[in-house]
Amino acid sequence: MSRLKRLEMRDITKKFGDVIANKSISLYLEAGEILGLLGENGAGKSTLMNILYGLYRPDSGSIIINGKAVVFRSPSDAIGHGIGMIHQHFKLIENHTVLENIALAYRAAPFFFPTGKAGRRLSSFKEAYGLEVNPDAYIWQLSAGEQQRVEILKTLLLGADLLILDEPTSVLTPQESQGLFTILKKLAKEGHSIIFISHKLEEVLSICTRVTVLRDGEVVGTRERQELDKRELARMMVGREIDFELSRSECDKGPEVLKVKGLNVKGDRGENSVNGVDFEIHEGEIFGVAGVSGNGQQELVEAITGLRPIEGGQVTLRGKEISKPSPSIISRLGVSHIPEERIKYGTAPGLPFYENCVLKQHTRPSFARRLLLDFSSIKRQAKQIMIRYDIRVPSINVPVKTLSGGNIQKLILGREISAGPSLLVASHPTYGLDVAATQYIRDQILKLREKGVAVLLVSEDLEELFQLCDRISVMFKGHMVGIVPRGAFDLEKIGLMMTGLAEAPLLEECNGYPDQG
Amino acid sequence: MGIRIKVEPRISHPPILPLTILVISLSMGFLGIGVLFAFYGINPFAAIWKIFSGSFGSLYGLSETMTKAIPLILIGAGLTLVFRAKFWNIGAEGQLLLGAIFSGYVGLNLGSLIPSFFTVPVMFMAGFIGGALWALPTVILRTKFNVNEVISTLMLNYIAAEILNFLITGPWKGKTQMGFPYTDDLPHHATLTLIPGTRIHIVTLVVALLSALILYVLVYYTKFGYELRVTGDNPHAARYAGINFMKITMTMMTISGGLAGVAGVGELAGIHHHLSYPSSISSGYGYTAIIVAWLAKLNPLMAIFSGIFFAGILVGGDAIQISLGLPSATVQIFNGILLFSLIMGDYFLTHRVRVVVQA
Ligand SMILES: Nc1ncnc2c1ncn2[C@@H]1O[C@H](COP(=O)(O)OP(=O)(O)OP(=O)(O)O)[C@@H](O)[C@H]1O
Ligand SMILES: [Mg+2]
Repeated sequence: MSRLKRLEMRDITKKFGDVIANKSISLYLEAGEILGLLGENGAGKSTLMNILYGLYRPDSGSIIINGKAVVFRSPSDAIGHGIGMIHQHFKLIENHTVLENIALAYRAAPFFFPTGKAGRRLSSFKEAYGLEVNPDAYIWQLSAGEQQRVEILKTLLLGADLLILDEPTSVLTPQESQGLFTILKKLAKEGHSIIFISHKLEEVLSICTRVTVLRDGEVVGTRERQELDKRELARMMVGREIDFELSRSECDKGPEVLKVKGLNVKGDRGENSVNGVDFEIHEGEIFGVAGVSGNGQQELVEAITGLRPIEGGQVTLRGKEISKPSPSIISRLGVSHIPEERIKYGTAPGLPFYENCVLKQHTRPSFARRLLLDFSSIKRQAKQIMIRYDIRVPSINVPVKTLSGGNIQKLILGREISAGPSLLVASHPTYGLDVAATQYIRDQILKLREKGVAVLLVSEDLEELFQLCDRISVMFKGHMVGIVPRGAFDLEKIGLMMTGLAEAPLLEECNGYPDQG
Repeated sequence: MGIRIKVEPRISHPPILPLTILVISLSMGFLGIGVLFAFYGINPFAAIWKIFSGSFGSLYGLSETMTKAIPLILIGAGLTLVFRAKFWNIGAEGQLLLGAIFSGYVGLNLGSLIPSFFTVPVMFMAGFIGGALWALPTVILRTKFNVNEVISTLMLNYIAAEILNFLITGPWKGKTQMGFPYTDDLPHHATLTLIPGTRIHIVTLVVALLSALILYVLVYYTKFGYELRVTGDNPHAARYAGINFMKITMTMMTISGGLAGVAGVGELAGIHHHLSYPSSISSGYGYTAIIVAWLAKLNPLMAIFSGIFFAGILVGGDAIQISLGLPSATVQIFNGILLFSLIMGDYFLTHRVRVVVQA
């Protein structure tokens, strides 16, 4: 099989029932290029790539490789033609080692002792591309960035010349993203081609050689990198100018809503994930939690929302100590939760959209009369969420599993924000959202603050934290190493705190509150 | 040139596929059964025709079919609930027997204490409680000690059967049964009225139909059914939404076990009138109902139709057994083949097979 030199998709159309996900889309790609694929949530990016990877079959249109038309009936056909895809949700087996996972996918591996041959190939690839992973580590021990490297290695080992990456950076820390870009650039130089999907315009501008933008299933345009800037890209995607500024009014801090004192929480493997954390959040305050992922933020959030037992310390909600936390008790006390693992926790994918709009609120009097659910008010609520959050669904009756990634996220956001919380716990609320939706959600969070809602905002995106927060705390190895008030936000300082290099001095410096409004 | 067969996951499927697959898998099932007949030297078409004419083609056949549909609908409808929560209750057979034992005790011993008008309702209640009590420990074993419910429910079937064997040969052995291992017959007011000329015990039939309807409303229209469906669809989301898995499965198993117990009451008070060997009280309804729930696609209302369908196969199976001289295990083999093809069918809903010709 000769190497993939030129790929073309011509007039690809794909319908799901009445929804036209792809309307006569054409694009091309040559060896050594990094093509950015952009578009709003639900524009049809994932669908198009699933077609290229043989997961869906197009209703019409053709795929042409090196001048010859090909038909993919399954991913193995695509792999056979040198196309590999790295999905947003990794498909690795947790209880196996890196090498075992790779051997499993490696078709040239012998039946007996398959890891031997795969291992030799693996080490040659690792060196060539600087993809550092320990082949004997178990998948569950790896961070998201390392797991992604395993996926890339696996794909390369299968002989992929073209790599499709669907929103690869949404699960990565900024540092890990930089590492990924280095690898991608190196791969492109070696003659691989790459299709890169992302909602982060800066990333697209920094690594792509060409960009194709989709809107409502159609190609809006294809531009060379040199012809583009951030505003132009955003305008192509949304069809209008986007205001990147947010209005953040001064508002008074009200009484205390959440108080966390000496909190200790254990992680999945019994390690101490959260160690003696103290903080409190007031009405009308956005309290940020920064930190490289895996430093206890997720465990902290799960403890506060009742999903994880508390080992020591206290959590007090509006003056009431929660001795036996459970998700239902805590939600009844007015806490909304936008979970980090949205697919795992946030929805029941087989149930219709409207039923997912009241998950956790289904016992409220507005949605239920005695034993029965009140479907007319549930559907009214669902329609409202769909319109206000601009969720692209053909109807509120479709199962949630047919929604695009960003639209699922919007559903969760819409549901949790319209629950009327007094405390909103939000983990990475704008993951996977397009630029317009990101702006809208940030604006909504600021509106909640003005209404006197307390917000706990966990994010790795410092820009987002700087835009929204009144105070930012930094977690490192389970400790809250410092709390910085607005006005003292400093990229470098917070960056150092995140790596554990600045600790005690900042803590003292920043303990006081600034005088605000 | 080489030809390979590849199986690969299906991401989406056209809306008519489920029905197509159902029809195909039932046809494949009957094809398999037909092949068996052919091996026996019997014309498969004639035999399959005989099954259905035996069960649906005459008034007598129909009445027998309805008689057997009663326990299948009761148990099948209950099982749709627990299967939805992905709790695999294989123990309906034992739960049925416990229902028969509990109601038998009431009918045999409490006759003098209860006004005769109330005997039957109390028996139904006792049967429900008996079945539910036999079901509940498995929920605790699963949620507190992580014991697989397939094992625990299955084991409890054997224990239930042994308890019944012990009772009918020991302490409850009837004095009027001339040494047979039966209990005494129930007094007349502890038996169920039949539709004249048939063995259909009306009360239980009505209870079965109503249960299926009520469970349908429960699943699709109540808070509780919503929680059940969320739990079945994504247990993590259920936990996030504050839904208590233990509470859900406890309630489901109470209903499922209880309805199996009620089926036991019907068999005892409607048909046999005394307790006897486990295999004659039940003839495997608890197992057949698993297929009933499956064919109903876990929809309680559909359990009515799939219950009648499988009752027809049981009756038709009996008919050809007699007229064609087939071994008595024939019906079980039918059911096995049908369940197998239904489950295979479900697999093709999520996977597709294709033949690849390589140059
Ligand atoms: N299996 C499916 N069944 C029905 N509709 C679907 C299915 N998959 C996708 N769609 C619809 O097709 C459209 C495009 O979805 P797609 O996932 O390609 O969007 P996307 O551009 O990847 O969006 P995002 O940025 O949110 O991930 C959406 O309207 C979606 O609801
Ligand atoms: Mg997508």
